[in-house]
Amino acid sequence: MKIYVDNAATTKMSKTAIEAMLPYMAEEYGNPSSLHSVGQRANEALTDARERIAKVLNCEPREITFTSGGSEADNQAIMSAAWLGARKGKKHIVSTAFEHHAVLHTLDKLAKDGFEITLLDVHENGLVTAEQVHEAIRPDTCLVTIMFANNEIGTIQPIAEIGAVCREKGVLFHTDAVQAAGHLHIDVKAQNIDMLSLSAHKFHGPKGIGVLYARKGIFLMNLIEGGAQERGKRAGTENIPAIMGMAAALEEANANLDANTKKLIKLRDRLIAGLSKIPHSELNGDGVKRLPNNVSFCFEGIEGEAMLLLLDDKGVYASSGSACTSGSLDPSHVLLAIGRVHDVAHGSLRLSLSEENTEEEVDYIIQAVAEVVAYLRSISPLWGDLLKGKREFILK
Amino acid sequence: MALYSEKVMDHFRNPRNIGSMENADGVGEVGNAKCGDIMKIYLKIDDDRVSDVKFETFGCGSAIAASSMATELIKGKKLDEVMSVTNKAVVEALDGLPVHKIHCSVLAEEAIKVALKDYYDKNGIDYDETQFPNCACCDHHCHDYEE
Repeated sequence: MKIYVDNAATTKMSKTAIEAMLPYMAEEYGNPSSLHSVGQRANEALTDARERIAKVLNCEPREITFTSGGSEADNQAIMSAAWLGARKGKKHIVSTAFEHHAVLHTLDKLAKDGFEITLLDVHENGLVTAEQVHEAIRPDTCLVTIMFANNEIGTIQPIAEIGAVCREKGVLFHTDAVQAAGHLHIDVKAQNIDMLSLSAHKFHGPKGIGVLYARKGIFLMNLIEGGAQERGKRAGTENIPAIMGMAAALEEANANLDANTKKLIKLRDRLIAGLSKIPHSELNGDGVKRLPNNVSFCFEGIEGEAMLLLLDDKGVYASSGSACTSGSLDPSHVLLAIGRVHDVAHGSLRLSLSEENTEEEVDYIIQAVAEVVAYLRSISPLWGDLLKGKREFILK
Repeated sequence: MALYSEKVMDHFRNPRNIGSMENADGVGEVGNAKCGDIMKIYLKIDDDRVSDVKFETFGCGSAIAASSMATELIKGKKLDEVMSVTNKAVVEALDGLPVHKIHCSVLAEEAIKVALKDYYDKNGIDYDETQFPNCACCDHHCHDYEE
């Protein structure tokens, strides 16, 4: 068995996306800025992709800026809002403790420049509320940036409600929708979203390409200076093949979204039910308000990296938020934000499914994880102490 | 996985001397749950020699491999030879460890020394304190964790 269940990290490209890209490498290789017909055909493709993506998000084509991916889009959105805010003397930003580092590290940078950052508590279930946002907004708040769905534990935030609060208060609202795009319905108008980031490789598109949606009238600050591409807001010759691949992948994902959701929720809940039978384990994040493909668990008494290596031997490709896998000294900030203590956060496992996974695979994974957890516990002195009562179980 | 050498993966997949030991002559435990790794070494000592050794580890792949290799390096050795098994020797025997995993080998060395010290303490044997880790800071490498 070879089962890839790390789709939150990246996905396999779809045939549709690959086929959409190929002509723009081999035949229509022009530069959209060129005046001749080869260039103009590339420009037409660019326009076409922009329109198709805008349609999926329910926005205007001119509100779409192509970027190198989610991180760049997050950086540009936040830096733009901060620049606008600073001009009006507004230097307060509201976010959450479990954002992606593309957001958190940008906010850290702004904090050094005198911005005040309020990171909202995401509670044990990994959810913020619109009321929290309402309470946190101050007269000097220039931006609220809250992720659509969390990348590690998959919890889905009440984006439309948060957006409504921001509208009412006249504060810009950005959402990092990298995990949501192609997996959840996005409608920037209905959901009151001012700015949104997405990345193609999370929905079977190519890597290195993403979108920043910014509502008409919101000034964007350049991160990259140069030519006049993207209305002068993002210099550099457009990556037409990747843009075409992204447009095709997003349309495809959106067309299949309801069917995929139905299928994935069934697989996800089967996986959660199976893993819940492992003693002293717990699901991370809300069981219902979560991405259809996300399963995240903590297993007490073992460490995540060892789990990943043994699962790899069994053909299961997953990820973990343990310190050892992050290369840093602390386990995932997301798990700490939902109140997991270090001891338990080290034993985390994230399984992110795709619609290509099957029930048989899910059953195989349950069996594989159960075996690996049991084995690692059998050689763990920590587990021994827990069994002997020398230490109290944290996960009951 | 290219992250680790073949040796590391071999000792991780097939750890030598795994398990606990009844009536061990010396037991050493280092690391802590918060840092994500704990190593426990059990020694059986006969005629100033490690006649048997067992280990248990809570930790990542390299922590398990380092403890396994460390037990192999000291098994059957005379106690003064055991003292000369350093973390560097463990790393070399494993054909190297990634830089951020070196602390696993330090833990392995310390676990052995703490177990040996336990043996000396239990049997009233004199030893040079400076040769052993100070257990109050057994976690230091683990990461200089701050509350």
